[in-house]
Amino acid sequence: MTCETWQQRIDEYLDAELPEAEARELDAHLRACTSCSTQALTRSELKRSIHLAGKRFAPDPEFRKRIQNSISPKAWAPRRWAWIVEFGALCAAVLLLIFGSLVWIRQSQRQQLVGELTDLHVATLASSNRVDVVSTDRHTVKPWFQGKVPFTFNVPELQGSPFELLGGKVTYLDQNPGAELLFSVRKHVLSVFIFKDSPELDRALGSGELMHRLSFNMESWTDGGLRYVIITDAGRSDIDDLHARFVQAEQ
Amino acid sequence: MAQDRDRAYEFEQLAMPLFGPLYNLAQWLTQDRSEAEDLVQETYAKALKGFDSFQPGTNFRAWMYRILRNTFLTSRTGLQATKTVALDDEDDPQSVSPATTETPESILLARADHDVIQAALQQLPVAYREIILLCDVEEMSYREIAEALSIPMGTVMSRLARARKAMRQLLAEKMQGALK
Repeated sequence: MTCETWQQRIDEYLDAELPEAEARELDAHLRACTSCSTQALTRSELKRSIHLAGKRFAPDPEFRKRIQNSISPKAWAPRRWAWIVEFGALCAAVLLLIFGSLVWIRQSQRQQLVGELTDLHVATLASSNRVDVVSTDRHTVKPWFQGKVPFTFNVPELQGSPFELLGGKVTYLDQNPGAELLFSVRKHVLSVFIFKDSPELDRALGSGELMHRLSFNMESWTDGGLRYVIITDAGRSDIDDLHARFVQAEQ
Repeated sequence: MAQDRDRAYEFEQLAMPLFGPLYNLAQWLTQDRSEAEDLVQETYAKALKGFDSFQPGTNFRAWMYRILRNTFLTSRTGLQATKTVALDDEDDPQSVSPATTETPESILLARADHDVIQAALQQLPVAYREIILLCDVEEMSYREIAEALSIPMGTVMSRLARARKAMRQLLAEKMQGALK
């Protein structure tokens, strides 16, 4: 190889990038050639000087600290908490949605049941044969239901009260048989529905609350596994009075 | 989360030892302290964010330098610094003329001191300055430089030869000027 060719390889030699065999050859050439060895020496010196002079700029310690803090996992702690808070908020939103849906479902079930009971009451009022057993005597009406509904109940004593028993008939709610007793108070008619209580009825109707639908008043309660519902256009005091008499009759 | 934390620790362990050298290169590239800080900060933020794409076992230092350099090249200063430099025929090592008549130059170079070398480095086009810094200051292998600059090995060798030649000429001019 000529000196010209060797001098093209001096940089690779000094950068330790020349293959070993060639490096040995160049090594030998440098020992023998003054021109090439001067070149090699100059470039080696320059490389060393650049190495020293190139390390010129040092970062500010404050800047280093800032970067260190920004990448340190310790600085992640708030982010982790933020993640937990976000997750918690999401869970709360889901729970709220579920709870809201349950309330809505319960509300709509209640509306549906109240609607059905109101329809039954209105249908009875509109019928030319309002009741199947026509009697003002509770001892006639109660036995009439024997074998017709899968439970028994007591009809309150109404002597000395403003209420009058008009009779009763079998009715159905959600395909379950029940009793509908008809009473009058002054010119108002009251239907008292009696069914076997169920979790669905319990959830939908609750207990002791006065409900309104289409201007009818309604009150429901449970007693001895039976679900009672009074529905009428009469006022609250009449409903409460009749309610109390039914509770007393069962005691 | 624990896995993320472990990765973040791993990143911190790998990246912080490079902080000083990366900053040095950043200031050589931008020639401004505040711009260098912005560049380093952006580099660390990008690297942390993209650390999942870094494959363990490959060269982390070259990966970090590549992010720094790419960030610099897309910055305003980087775009200005690179648009004026033409690197013709750099894949052809033969196009680099050998320095056969450099004996007087050698003498001049031997006298070049710290400040003159720094001034010459500063004057070099960015592409030449960075490759000399990666090779002579950071002592990267050609392979590492190729990774950091995203160029083939052949281009590393030819560009380095051109950069050194330009550096020697600049230094010789400066020394001759000083002697007059």
